[in-house]
Formats: sequence, C-alpha cells, structure tokens
Amino acid sequence: MSPTTIFVTIVLLSGFAYYLGVHRATHVAGGKGSARILHSRPTYYGWLAVLWCLIPALLVFGFWLGFESKIITQLVVAGLPPELKHLPADRMTLVINDIKNIVSGNIASSDNPALRAAAAHYKNLVAISHGVLAVVVLVTIAGSAGGVLWRIKPRLRARNQVELVMKGLMIVCSTIAIFTTLGIVLSVLFESIRFFGMIPITQFLFGLDWSPQIAIRADQVGGSGAFGAIPVFAGTLLISAIAMAVAVPIGLMSAIYLSEYAGKKLRAAAKPLMEILAGIPTVVYGFFAALVVAPYVREAGAMVGLDVASESALAAGLVMGIMIIPFVSSLSDDVINAVPQALRDGAFALGATQSETVKQVVLPAALPGIVGGVLLAVSRAIGETMIVVMAAGLAANLTANPLEAVTTVTVQIVTLLIGDQEFDDPKTLAAFALGLMLFIVTLILNVIALYVVRKYREQYE
Amino acid sequence: MSSMLKQEARVTSAPKAPDAPRPRTLDVVHAGIGKRYRAEKRFRFYGLAAIIASLLFLSIVFVSIVTNGYSAFYQTFIKLDVFLDPALVNKADLAEANFNGLIKKSLRNSFPDVKGRRELRRLYALVSPGARFKLRNMVFEDPELVGKTIKVWVPANDDVDMLMKGHISRDVQHGGRLTEHQLAWIDTLKRQGRIEEQFNTTFFKAGDSREPELAGIRGALVGSFLTLVVTLLLSFPIGVAAAIYLEEFAKKNRFTDLIEVNINNLAAVPSIVFGLLGLAVFINFFGLPRSAPVVGGLVLTLMTLPTIIIAGRASLKSVPPSIREAALGVGASKMQMVMHHVLPLALPGILTGTIIGMAQALGETAPLLMIGMVAFIVNVPQGFTDPATVLPVQIYLWADSPERAFVEKTSAAIMVLLAFLIVMNAGAIILRKRFERRW
Repeated sequence: MSPTTIFVTIVLLSGFAYYLGVHRATHVAGGKGSARILHSRPTYYGWLAVLWCLIPALLVFGFWLGFESKIITQLVVAGLPPELKHLPADRMTLVINDIKNIVSGNIASSDNPALRAAAAHYKNLVAISHGVLAVVVLVTIAGSAGGVLWRIKPRLRARNQVELVMKGLMIVCSTIAIFTTLGIVLSVLFESIRFFGMIPITQFLFGLDWSPQIAIRADQVGGSGAFGAIPVFAGTLLISAIAMAVAVPIGLMSAIYLSEYAGKKLRAAAKPLMEILAGIPTVVYGFFAALVVAPYVREAGAMVGLDVASESALAAGLVMGIMIIPFVSSLSDDVINAVPQALRDGAFALGATQSETVKQVVLPAALPGIVGGVLLAVSRAIGETMIVVMAAGLAANLTANPLEAVTTVTVQIVTLLIGDQEFDDPKTLAAFALGLMLFIVTLILNVIALYVVRKYREQYE
Repeated sequence: MSSMLKQEARVTSAPKAPDAPRPRTLDVVHAGIGKRYRAEKRFRFYGLAAIIASLLFLSIVFVSIVTNGYSAFYQTFIKLDVFLDPALVNKADLAEANFNGLIKKSLRNSFPDVKGRRELRRLYALVSPGARFKLRNMVFEDPELVGKTIKVWVPANDDVDMLMKGHISRDVQHGGRLTEHQLAWIDTLKRQGRIEEQFNTTFFKAGDSREPELAGIRGALVGSFLTLVVTLLLSFPIGVAAAIYLEEFAKKNRFTDLIEVNINNLAAVPSIVFGLLGLAVFINFFGLPRSAPVVGGLVLTLMTLPTIIIAGRASLKSVPPSIREAALGVGASKMQMVMHHVLPLALPGILTGTIIGMAQALGETAPLLMIGMVAFIVNVPQGFTDPATVLPVQIYLWADSPERAFVEKTSAAIMVLLAFLIVMNAGAIILRKRFERRW
C-alpha cells in the first residue's frame, strides 16, 4: 500500500466515523425525537469520533514516514557487503545516493551488482514497511475510534471535548510562528558555528578580502578561499544607500502630496497605482534592471566620459529604490494621516502656508513614525535578493564608487548555495554565516522600527 | 512659519534707524509673502513630481516588458515538403526512423545548388532541432502518412526567428548571426511564401529547453500551481486558526506577546532567510526531495503565514462585539460563537488577505532558489514530489541565458506572471468591495 493510499484511507475512514458517531449518539438517546437528552447535539458526537479517528492515525502515519527512510537506510547499509560497508562517511553518502537513484529508476553514477542487490533490498524493506504501516494505522483507528464510539453515552460531554481539541489545535497553529523563528535561528546558527570553527569569526567580520572559491588544485587560478566579509557588507550598504536615496525623497514627497494636497480623485487613482509597484515580483525588477537600466546607465556614463561597469551598483540601487518607493510612501502616508488635525489648524491659525505647516509642524510630529518606516525600508533593501542577483556583480570590490560593480550579502548567499553543496565545505557554510548576519541585522532594524512606530502611534491615540 | 518669526525677531532686535518709523508687522509679512508663496509652489511641485516620477517608473517597467515580450507570442515557421520515404521510415518500427535525415533531405531538395559539408550544415541550421519531433509526432499519430509527401510547418531556428522579427541585424558587423548565404536562403523562402510567423503554441505547451524556439512555460506554470496548492492548503487553515486563537481566545500574557512579536518580525524577515531555513531543515534534516513543489510550498507557507494571520486578525477585529454578545446571550459556547457567527462575517476579509498572500507567494523567487527549484527541468512535473521549477525562477533562468531569443521569452513569461498577479489582486479587490460590510 502506498502512503497516498493509506492517507486517503484514513480520511475516508474518518468520514465514516462521523456517520457512525452521529448514528450511535441518536441510538443511545433512543431515536431521533429524543436527541434532547444528549449532553451535546449529535453532530458533536460525530466530530468527536472523527477526531479520535484522525489524530492518532495521522500521528502514527507522520512519525512512521518521518523515520522510515533513516531506519531503512541503516538497515540497507548494515546489509551491504563488507568492502562497501566500511567506506568513509563521505563515500558512504555517495553509495547511498546511488542506491536511492537505482530505486527511483534514475541513472546512478556507478552501477554494480552489489548496489543493485542493495537497491532491491531497499525496495523490499520499503514495501514491508508500508505494509506494516497500513496494518498499524488500521489497528490504531479501530482501537481509538472504536473506543470512543463505545464510550458514547447521553452524558458524554462531546461538545466540550471537541472544543477543547479545537482550541488545542489553534494554539499549536499559533505557535508555528515561534517555531519558524526558532528554526531560522537554529539552522543558520548551527551551520555558522561550524563555519566559524573553520574560519575564525574575527577574520570573517573584519577581513578585507572575499573570494570564497577554494582552489582544488594548487595550480588553479582564482579562488584563494578568503572569507573577509567587509567588502560584501560595504557593497550591500552602498546599494541600499543608493536605493534609499531614490526611495526616501520620492516616497516621502508623494506621501505628503497625497495626504496634504491631493484631491479625493487623484488620491483614489494614484494610491493603488503606486501600490502596483510594490506588487511587481522582484525578479521582474531584476530583469528590468539588467536589461534596461544597466545599459542605459552605462551609455549615459559613456556620454559624459565616465567608465561605468555593466553591473554597476548604481543600476541595481536605482531599481531597488523604485521598488521601495511604495513601501516608504504608504508607511509615511499612515503616520502623516495619524498627525491630529488640531496641530495643522494651529499652524494655519498662526498664518503659516501649507508647506510651512507640513515642514515645521506635520513632519516633526510624524518624524518618529517616518524614521521607523525608513528603517523597515532599509531592512527590506538589505534583504532584497533578486534585483541584486540579476543586476549587481559577483566580485567583491571594496569601493564607494557607485559606478563600479559591487556584490551584496544576498548575492553571495545565492551564488554559494546554487549548485553543488557540501556541508563540510567552508564555501557552503559561509552562506549560512552571511545569512546569520543578514538575519541579525534585519531583526535589529525591524525590532527598532516596530518599537518606534508603535510608540509613535500610542502618542496620538 | 519660523521664517516669519525670525523676520520679526530680526526687526525687533535690529538697531533702529533714527528717522525711519518702526515697520509694522504686517509690512514685514507682506514683504516676505511673495517668497513664501513661491516656496509653497515649489513644494507642491516637488510632491507632484514625486508622484509623476513613480508613475513614470511604473509605466517604463510595463512598457519595456511589453515591447520586449509581445513578439514571443509569435514564432517563425518554415514550410517543408517532406517525402516520408518508406526506405527510411519503417512503419513497423517508427521509433527507429531517422526523421532528422528526412528534414535534411527536404532542405537539400529545396536548395539543390548548395554543396559542401559546411554550407549544408548552415542550411540545416535554418530549421530548429525540434523539427524532427514535430514530424515524428505527426507520423506516430497517423502512420498512413508513410510513403506520401507532406507539407509541414516546422519551427525555424531562433536566429532566423530573431531576424524575421527584426531583433538582430542582417549585418554580421552589427551583431548579425547569420551568413550571407543563409540570408539569401531566407529571402528565397520568403519569396516563395514558405516562411511565416504563426501563433506560438509551443510557448504554452512545452517545458523548458536549451533551444529558445522550443522553450515553453508549461512546466513552470504547473510547478507554480502545485507549489501554490501546497501553500494554500497549509497556510489558510493554519493562518485562520492562529488568527482566531490570538484574536478571540488568547489572554494577554507573555506567551501571546511572544507569538505576536514573532509574527510581526517574520513578516519583515528577508525571504532568502526562509530559503536557508528550508534548505537546512526540510532538505538536510528531514530529507525531503530537492526541487520538489512540496518543499517549495512548505517554505512559502512559512512566508505567507504572517500575512494571512495579520489580515485575519484585522478582519476578525472588525466584527462588532454586539454579534458576539448576541450569540453568547442565546447560549452559544465561545467556540460556537466564533465558528457560527464571527468567522463567517470575517471570512471575506480573511480571504482577501489570503489571496494577497498567495499573490506574494506566486511572485517569490529567492527562497526557491535555495531549495533547488532552480534546476534545468524539461519535463512537466506530474506530482508534488517531482522536480519542478516555478514561473519566477523560470524567468530568472531565462534572463541568465545569453541567446537573444530568450530576452523576448523572458519578457513574455513576465507578462504571463503579471497577468496572473493582476487577476489575483483584482479578485481580492472585488471580493473586498462586494462582501465588505461596514458596521
């Protein structure tokens, strides 16, 4: 029985259990007319049966499949001929991969009778395991659902039990956010610690040379395996700074215009149009940057006699700025609208013009909120990936010249992790160290920004 | 305003000329008013310019994508007269037949004066390597064709296609990729009416390919669909359950504060970090298959959950307390109150948030690169664990390809992606407009 069939069977059986539960409840109550002597309405008894059918069976099912592959691999390895069994760990993973490839019918890198036998063994064990799983699941269902059906009495508090389980499930669902954060922290931290075991953390944080390609042979050119991340951080900052230089003035001015000057019609038309900018996928911006903006920047530079790299920081930064405009403008719009009208009226009463009111009353009052919004935008710029992957460079130059190519943290993570990954290689692990830095920096920015925005909101509420 | 105050301050503190009377405040105000009005005008202009600039950027993005991409919906085809020689095509063993040879022969017959291996190879290069598959499929469908001469439109090579569409120059010096002879052959074909542009069905029917004229988005579309199905099936129930718990049941304590802080933070964590999580946890730790829609769906679920939870809570919050009190008043339990009354009223808002979250997930690229959905995959995925790619990643892959023909394919794929996003967002807006209730 394949896992899919087992799963479908579980679902079908739980549907049947509902029917049985309702039926049994009406029966113990003594027919349809006297359902009122039941503690809960009959449907709750049905749902109770469903829960008792579904939850234990799915738990068994999930755990079984979760550990099946590991246990079977162990068994297959134990059954390998001795010359294969005592291979070093890294060769062993290759052998196991080959076996799995043969099992799934793909082409394996090496093909010999021992592996074929192992693959047959593997297949056999999987079939046995699924057969046993089917039996175990059915027994579980029979036991738990049968038990609850037998327990159905008029005084069984079915509704309370069902509601308790639902509430429990809801709590589990809401803790997923915590587990996600925990998962992120642990996964990047764990690999980063392994990385810092190979490369000292001081060298990573303060080194000025970044070339993660490690030469395999001594005579190979290129990569020296240097992991000084300063040029990468500097490149990220440069591109983010260019992006903010575009996004903050344009976003802020358009927010001011829309909230203070624009009529209803313009506001209704312009706001959603600007939101479209935020809805365009970043890969589209990346393509736009590489195809349209970068050549244009290059030509414009050539016209005034400047030598612009074809993957200049300027092009990537400009497009990233465009992407962030709606982010800045909608956040600023919110905080500007939150400034009480009384403050504006006060300024007008003193004879200030509208722009003077905005510049000297509204903006100072909204400043904390705007700063919070800008911080969120910075964190987004730092974490933005696709635009820089497609339009910024790969080589890590330590430069402040926006016309040269620089690389960013996200670009490096992507290039290090696309393709072959070996989790004992500093090259792969470096990506996780960069990811840790990215996570920490954006987390700090977000926490400050959310705190500032919330404090500011409370001020006027 | 402060400039006004400053002027006044200057007036009072300035040493008074002995004969001139002290200027009245009103005069000072009048003296500066022109300047202040000009500043006002300038400020207004800046604001308007900012809006116009952002709308201009928007239109430039759209215009450049559309002008680059619309031509990908058409493709150049060449008409060949192919004699299905029974000597070369054995009816009993069609799989072994040399269809490529048939096409070459037909080309040789059309241009009998082409001699020499190199020239012949250039002649064959006019037709796409996919031509033989088209011929093969035709014969497989109807084996009776063997022995007849059939007229068949086969796709032209991408360079020919680009030339016909005017994307590359005829001149080798200006980036032209075709030789003089090839150009002459194309002109001959044109005169004979045997080369023309037709609607490009391959683009919607085929998976990825190294040959631009054979590449399509079907595989990526199916991959995106499968991934989104997983995302929706997981994130909607989990998100709604979490929103209900946090909004209706949770007491305000440290634990719920912790959850809230986490949700707000996750909403702002860079998407690529979720990719790292997926790689380390789902693929390395749990051993799920790489490049599979199910892993992509799991990662995107974690990413969209905050969006759905936040939208769901806002929507639940907007249901007035009187509804809850009425339900409790007639004896409903708290769970019944939520499930029977509050949730149905909040559902349109939750669905709107979900659609917006799904639209974000559809456009997401970076985390999927991390979990290997960036592989070159020709086959259309059949299930949730098959290797697959998604539309944005396909766009990224094509954008990286050097062939000129992939530029228009990329733009066309972007147009399809944007069309889906527009439909989804429009759906969300309509849903909100139709079902939103103001209490």
